[in-house]
Amino acid sequence: MDFPVVELSPLYPEILLLILASGILLLDVLLGDERRFITYVLALLTLLACGALTVFTGEFRTTYAFGGMFVDDVLADALKFVAYISVFVVLVYSRAYLIGRNLFQGEFFVLVLFALLGMMVMISAHHFLVLYLGLEILSLSLYALVALHRDSAVATEAAMKYFVLGALASGMLLYGISMLYGATGALDIETMARTLREGVEAPMVVVLGLVFVVAGLAFKLGAAPFHMWVPDVYQGAPTPVTLFIGTAPKLASFAFAMRLLAEALQPLLADWRDMLMILAILSMLVGNVAAIAQTNIKRMLAYSAIAHMGFMLLGILSGTINGYSSAMFYVLTYVAMGLGSFGIILLLAREGFEAENLEDFKGLNARNPWYAFLMLLFMFSLAGIPPTVGFYAKLSVLEAVVKIGHTWLAVVAVLLSLVGAFYYLRIVKLMYFDAPVDQAPVAPQADVGLLLSANGAAILLLGIFPQPLMALCAHAVLVSL
Amino acid sequence: MSFKVFIFYFFSVVLLLAAVRVITARNPVHSALFLVLAFFTAAGLWMLLEAEFLAISLVLVYVGAVMVLFLFVVMMLDINLEELRQGFWDYLPHGLIVGGLMVVEMAMVLGARYTEAGWADLGEQVSNTKALGQVLYTQYVYPFELAAVLLLIAIVAAIALTLRRRKDTKYQNPAKQVQVKRGDRVRLVSMPAEKAKKGE
Repeated sequence: MDFPVVELSPLYPEILLLILASGILLLDVLLGDERRFITYVLALLTLLACGALTVFTGEFRTTYAFGGMFVDDVLADALKFVAYISVFVVLVYSRAYLIGRNLFQGEFFVLVLFALLGMMVMISAHHFLVLYLGLEILSLSLYALVALHRDSAVATEAAMKYFVLGALASGMLLYGISMLYGATGALDIETMARTLREGVEAPMVVVLGLVFVVAGLAFKLGAAPFHMWVPDVYQGAPTPVTLFIGTAPKLASFAFAMRLLAEALQPLLADWRDMLMILAILSMLVGNVAAIAQTNIKRMLAYSAIAHMGFMLLGILSGTINGYSSAMFYVLTYVAMGLGSFGIILLLAREGFEAENLEDFKGLNARNPWYAFLMLLFMFSLAGIPPTVGFYAKLSVLEAVVKIGHTWLAVVAVLLSLVGAFYYLRIVKLMYFDAPVDQAPVAPQADVGLLLSANGAAILLLGIFPQPLMALCAHAVLVSL
Repeated sequence: MSFKVFIFYFFSVVLLLAAVRVITARNPVHSALFLVLAFFTAAGLWMLLEAEFLAISLVLVYVGAVMVLFLFVVMMLDINLEELRQGFWDYLPHGLIVGGLMVVEMAMVLGARYTEAGWADLGEQVSNTKALGQVLYTQYVYPFELAAVLLLIAIVAAIALTLRRRKDTKYQNPAKQVQVKRGDRVRLVSMPAEKAKKGE
């Protein structure tokens, strides 16, 4: 039996993360509740270590491991690095909330780290089996995180919905993959793409499999009409978990879509382009229109996430290097905006008060002008108003769509974004022109305040100088595909 | 009729009878036991096809673990049989329609093209447990390890969600018990000695 020598060096970040996460799991058992801070600091250090390792071992070429099941390319390194940053920020933002709600437990940090491992596996997967396992590692950790607040009936209900719908989506995905396997005889992404290019005996089976795979993918992305779980989970989960679900996993979903559609199923571009077009238009429509009716800001941001995923799909469906890189730019900047906006919600929450209704934002400017200004930046960016980065992200996606000749699609997207601008600007209006209902002082800890300010600065600076990040995205997509 | 064919028909008949009894038995415990019998005979059929790994894992996992758990639940819970049996005749036509459709579909799939295909070439004859092991720990070692991580997360999640330390439960702290000193338990009170009353 011929078996290549296992080349482990591309996997070092994953291995390090697994070892450290397991170590934290063991150590946490020995720590009492009063020393839980050690777990928190260790989790942050783990992220820093993984980040450093990814940067220092990152090579500007594509390497494979385990006989082509694992791929380490620039796209993977870039996405992983942003994932570390976003998980780091999530942990810092959530600290005060977790302590206040008696959720500052070792399991939270361990599950977050394992979820990150799942994302990394997905980002670097080059085989359908690995892709699916990474997805399950991520999903299982997220289901548990949503349910972690056990005394809350809403959280339990959200976890139940998430679990059932997620299992259904996994089933559809596996069904689709099994059909693709039946038609091409390959689970390896490269072999499958080659077989599809050469033509298969049963093209109908391939298209049927593609339908199921795209449906499963849409479930995981939270794109309409497979979006039902998103609002309930965003609203029901504890806000730190919502912050986590709403940010880093989007990177993994993007990588998932890229590996699946742009690499393995690239020869079927004509087929999946139409499917994604329907998904994108429906998502932007449902997301932007339904968000107007919401009074709960977490639910509103959930619908906004659906709309943004629809916009991101526009970039992918263009099927060009330009389109993929603009979709990548979109998802990276969306993660930054998501971190910021949920970060402000966490900032306003305090013991016994969730700050999840729109009224809670009334008169924020009078209470603390700086954080009101940061929230204004995040809302402007989500709405796509220059000079924030949201504008540039939308512009580059639209450019890619126009280049493939679907001008009407770009027009529809712009019109629906205009509808969406209403509910983002409503928050700005509430903050600046209404009298405050709640008079409690807004005084976060220094590190949270600093990170939030940096987050806001990133939104603004990337909007004014988008070129470096855009060039990085273009380079990553170009050398990785 | 060779001995192998005889065994095949024997197992098949037992399997079908057991399966029918699973849904017709009045007592749920009997149903569960017939299901065990069905699993066993199915494992026997797989053994005939030389799929010994599947056969063994069916017996180990389903008979050994799942069905025992099932029996426990059935015996522990007080299930009202009359309630369960209500509506059987109402549902029967639906069941028959669905069952009939499935038979037709299976006939369509199995009937037309696949009967002539013959058996796949099994290649070099090694036991399939060995063959599975060979690829599981070499070619598929990465997914195998990932599946292990997945199980670890399942354990962590299950414990995190169900382990509750109640505040009102009383529990012992052995270390404290061992280190206890006399002074913690016995209080010596000095009292003035009382004089004996007269006449006693």
